Amino acid sequence: MKDQLKGLGTKIISFIEYMGGTTVLFAKTLFWMFIPPIKKKKIFAQMYSIGVLSLPIVSLISLFTGMVLALQSAYQMQQISAEMYIASLVALSVTRELGPVLTALIVAGRVGASITAELGTMKVTEQVDALETLATNPIQYLVVPRFVAIVVMLPILTIYADFIGILGGYIIGTHKLHIAHDMYMQMTYDPLVMKDFFTGLLKSLVFAMIICNIACYEGLRAEGGAEGVGKATTLSVVTSFILIIAADCLFTALFYFAF
Amino acid sequence: MIEIINLCKKFNSHIVLDNLSLNIPEGQTTVIIGRSGVGKSVLLKHIIGIMEPDSGQVFVDNQDISKLTGKALVKFRMKFGMLFQGAALFDSLTIGENVGFALLQHTNMPRSQIFERVKECLEMVGLKGVEGLKPAELSGGMKKRVGLARAICTKPQIILYDEPTTGVDPIMGDAVNELIMELHDKLKVTSIAVTHDMISAYKIATNIAMLYEGKIIAEGAPGEIKNAKDPIVHQFVTGTAVGPITQKDGTVFRKL
Ligand SMILES: Nc1ncnc2c1ncn2[C@@H]1O[C@H](COP(=O)(O)OP(=O)(O)OP(=O)(O)O)[C@@H](O)[C@H]1O
Ligand SMILES: [Mg+2]
Repeated sequence: MKDQLKGLGTKIISFIEYMGGTTVLFAKTLFWMFIPPIKKKKIFAQMYSIGVLSLPIVSLISLFTGMVLALQSAYQMQQISAEMYIASLVALSVTRELGPVLTALIVAGRVGASITAELGTMKVTEQVDALETLATNPIQYLVVPRFVAIVVMLPILTIYADFIGILGGYIIGTHKLHIAHDMYMQMTYDPLVMKDFFTGLLKSLVFAMIICNIACYEGLRAEGGAEGVGKATTLSVVTSFILIIAADCLFTALFYFAF
Repeated sequence: MIEIINLCKKFNSHIVLDNLSLNIPEGQTTVIIGRSGVGKSVLLKHIIGIMEPDSGQVFVDNQDISKLTGKALVKFRMKFGMLFQGAALFDSLTIGENVGFALLQHTNMPRSQIFERVKECLEMVGLKGVEGLKPAELSGGMKKRVGLARAICTKPQIILYDEPTTGVDPIMGDAVNELIMELHDKLKVTSIAVTHDMISAYKIATNIAMLYEGKIIAEGAPGEIKNAKDPIVHQFVTGTAVGPITQKDGTVFRKL
C-alpha cells in the first residue's frame, strides 16, 4: 500500500514536471523567436525538410482517405438513393476533421520523431552543452527555426491535404458512382462555410505547436545514450498523438457546440 | 581568477561534488586529476556554468556566474573555450563551420577572415585541408584535435580542457601539451585541464589539484604532488593498483 502510494506520488510529480517543463519550453520558444539574429536560412531549410518533403506522404494518405470515405459512404447512401450527398459528406469531414488531424499525425510521426531523435542525439553527445559554451542558446539555435517552420508549414500542408482529400472523393464520385461533375462540385461547395475552413486551419496551428513543443522537449531532456534517444523518440510520437487527438476533441466541442 | 566556493552537486542520491572549494589563479595552468567517475567533467561544467550546482557558487573575475543573463552571458561565454571529453562536434556542420562556430554566430567578421582564422587554428592542432569534411569522416583523435581548435578559435582568456591528450597518439599528445604550454607562455591564458595522464600533467601544470570523494584533497606545484606523503595522492600519481583508494572502495581486481 505504501509502495503503491509512493508510486502514485512519483507519477503525479513527474506529470507536473512534464507539464511545467513543456510550458516553460513553449514560453522560452516564444521569447527567443523575437530575439535577433533571426536565422532565415535555417528556417527555410527546416521548412523544406518539414513541409516540402512531407508532400508525397500527405498526398498519398489524403487521396486515399478521400477515396475510401466516398466509397464507404456510397455503400450506405446508395440504399436511400442519396449518392450526391457524398460530395458534401467528403467535403465537410475532410476540411473539418480529417485534413487537419491526419496531416498533423503524419507530421508528428515523420517530423516530430526526427526532431526528437536529432536533438536527443545532440543532447547525449554533449553537442547541446557545446552550443552553450559557444555562447549560443540551444532554444534559439535549435528549437526556434523548427518551431517557426512547423507553424508555417503545417497549416499549408493542411490546406493542401484538404484539396487532395476532396479530389479523392471527386474521383470516386464521378468515375465510380457516376455523379455529374457540376453536381459534385456544387454539392462540395454548398455546405462548406468559411468557418469550416478556418477552424481546420486554427486546429492545425495548435497541432503544429504541440508537435514541435513535445518533440523538442523530449529531445532536449533525453539522456542515457542511444537507448535514451530511442525511448525519447517513441515517447515524443505517442505523446503528440494523444495530445493532438485530445486537442481536436476539445476544439470540435468548442467550435461546434459552444458557439 | 576563478573562485569555486562550497560547490555541491548530486545526481539522484549519488553525491559527486561535496562542498568543493578551489581557487584557480589567473594566467596559470591548473591540472585537475582524479579517478574515473570522480566528477572532473562535472566540475568543469560547473565552472563554465552549463551545469547548475545544488548549492555553492562559482565566481569568475568576481562575478557570480549563475547571475548572468542575456548579453552579459554571451560576453562571459566568449571569454571561455572548452574542449569536451568526447569532442562534442556538431555533426550536421562541417569541420570549418564547427571551428568557426562562435565567430560565425557572434561576430561581424567577414566570412573569409573567419575561415582564415579557422585554418590557422586547425594548423595549430596539426590538421590541414579538413575544413570541408564532416565530423563523421574523421578519426577519434582527429575529432579531439578539432574540438581543441574550436576551443581556441575565439582567442579565449580561459580555456577548459577535458582530457586533451586522451585518444590522441603519443606524438600528437605531446604536440597538444606543447600547444597548451604555448598558450600559457605567450598568451597568458588561464587554463584548467582535466587529465589522467600524469606525464602530461607534470609537463603542462603550474598547479595540480586532486579531486577525491567530492573534494579537493591535495593542491600544489607538480613537484609537491609528485612527492606527496598523503597515501591517497601517492597511490594515484604513482598509478599503483594496490593502495588506500582501491582498498576503501573495494575495486581491487580479482585475480584470475
Ligand atoms: N548528467 C548526469 N546524470 C547523472 N549522473 C551523472 C551525470 N553526469 C555525470 N554523472 C555522474 O557523475 C559522476 C562523475 O562523472 P564525470 O563525468 O564528472 O566523471 P569524470 O571524473 O570526468 O570521469 P572520467 O575521467 O572517466 O571522464 C559519475 O559517477 C557519473 O555517473
Ligand atoms: Mg570526464
